[in-house]
Amino acid sequence: MTPDKQKMKITRIENGTVIDHINPGSALKVFGILGLDEDEESSITIAIRVNSGKMSEKDLLKIEDKFLTPKESAMIALISPRATINIIRSFEVDEKHPVELPEKLTGIFDCDNPNCITNQDREPVEPQFEVAEKEELSVRCLYCDNLMDEGQVTHQLIQES
Amino acid sequence: MPNTFEGTDFITIRDKTREELEIVMDKARQMEQYRNVGTDSARGHLMGTLFFEPSTRTRISFQAAMKRLGGDTVGFPSPEGSSVQKGETLADTLRTVSQYVDILVLRHPSEGSAKLAAELLDIPVMNGGDGSANHPTQTLLDLYTIRKELGKIDGKTITLAGDLRYSRTTRSLARALTRFDVELILNSPEQLKMKEDLLVELEEKGLSPKETNDLESSTAEADLIYATRIQKERFPDISEYKKVAHAYEIDKDLLEKNGEPLLLHPLPRVNEINTDVDDMDNTVFFNQAGNGVPVRMALISLLLDLPGR
Ligand SMILES: [Zn+2]
Repeated sequence: MTPDKQKMKITRIENGTVIDHINPGSALKVFGILGLDEDEESSITIAIRVNSGKMSEKDLLKIEDKFLTPKESAMIALISPRATINIIRSFEVDEKHPVELPEKLTGIFDCDNPNCITNQDREPVEPQFEVAEKEELSVRCLYCDNLMDEGQVTHQLIQES
Repeated sequence: MPNTFEGTDFITIRDKTREELEIVMDKARQMEQYRNVGTDSARGHLMGTLFFEPSTRTRISFQAAMKRLGGDTVGFPSPEGSSVQKGETLADTLRTVSQYVDILVLRHPSEGSAKLAAELLDIPVMNGGDGSANHPTQTLLDLYTIRKELGKIDGKTITLAGDLRYSRTTRSLARALTRFDVELILNSPEQLKMKEDLLVELEEKGLSPKETNDLESSTAEADLIYATRIQKERFPDISEYKKVAHAYEIDKDLLEKNGEPLLLHPLPRVNEINTDVDDMDNTVFFNQAGNGVPVRMALISLLLDLPGR
C-alpha cells in the first residue's frame, strides 16, 4: 500500500472536530466520556495505535459536526493530556490547539467519596477539584480532600456521560 | 496589628500558617484568666451550635467558651426533632439559622459540609468536625496543650500512637506539626499505618517521620505521646483486634520505665490507656480537654473581633 492509500483509510470530514495525539489505547475512553455511544447523528472515525512518526503511536478521533465545549476539552485533558483539538470547517483546519487542564475542575465529574457534601442530595454545591499532580494524574476534592487518580477519574467521567 | 481573623471562617488546619496558629494560641493564653471567672466581651452576641452528630466534649466546650465570654448560644445537640428530619437541606437550615446568630459552629457527618457552610454564609463558621475530614479546633487545642505543657513545640520529639490511618485527629495534628520543627515518631499496628499520601505530604514539608511498631522505644525517645483509640470496627475479626489493642496499651509501668513522657489523648479512651496512669503528673488528657475552652474562647474572640487586651 502506498502512503497515499493508507491515508485514504481515514475519511476526511467537512465540518467537525479531530482529536489528535490521544494517548495510544485511550480513544475509546474519550469516545465514552464524550457520550458518543449515545450519539446517533454524527459520523465518527476512530483510529487506534496509528503511527505518529518518531517511532510512536497515537489514537485519533474524528467527529463530524461536533464542536467541543470547554468542559469536554477539560475531560479529554484529564485522560489524555497531550491530545490536540483540530476544528475543521469546510475541509480545512480552522483552529488547532492542545487540550488544556484547568487548575480547578468544577462540575465536570463527581467525587467518588459517597460521604462528600457534593454527593448529598439537593445541596446546592458542585463538585470541585484541584489538580494535585499533573504527570501521573491525581486530583484532590476541594470539599472532602479525597484524592482520585486517573483510573478513578475516568471511571467517574464514563459513569456520568 | 490588625486582626486578620475578623469575619473569616475556621474550616481546616490545611490553610493555616504557623503565624496564624500562634496568634490563636497566644490569644488562648490570654483567655486563661477568664476561663473560670468569665468576662463580658461577647455580651449580646449569639452563637449557633448546629450538631448534626452528637459530640459531648466539642459541643459543651464550645458552649462553655461562648458563655465564659459573656455571650450566649442557641442550637441543637443532635438532628432528632430538627427541621433536617423533615427533609430540609443542610444549606437551607444554615441560611435560616444564620439569620438569628452572629457566629456558627457546625458538626455534620458529610465531609466538606463546613466548607459549604462557609461559602453560603456571611457570618463566621467554625468547623466542629465534618465527617472524617477535619476537626481543626481539636488540633488547635492539641497544639496549645503541647505548648503549654512543654513550654514550646519546636525541638520536641512527638510520638503519635494507635490508629494513624482513620483517626482524623492524628492526621490533622501531623499536618499541623509540619509548621514546627519537631521529630515525629509514628507508632501503629500494621493495619492502621498512616496513609501513603499523607506520609508523602509530611515528607514534602520537611517532616520525615520515623515509623515503628515498638511501643517501648517510641515511648523512651518521646517528649510526648499522643495516643488514639483503636476501634474494633477497623478489624475483620475480634481476636485480631484484641491482640493489637493489648499490644498498644499504655500503662504506668511502660511510662515509668521509659522516662515518663507527657501523655495526651483526644478522648474518649477505651483500652489503650490503663487507668493506673491517671494519678501520674505527666498524664494530661483531662487538662487537654479543658484547654478546649480557652482555645475556643480565643477563636470566637478573633473571628468576632471582640474587644479585649
Ligand atoms: Zn469530595
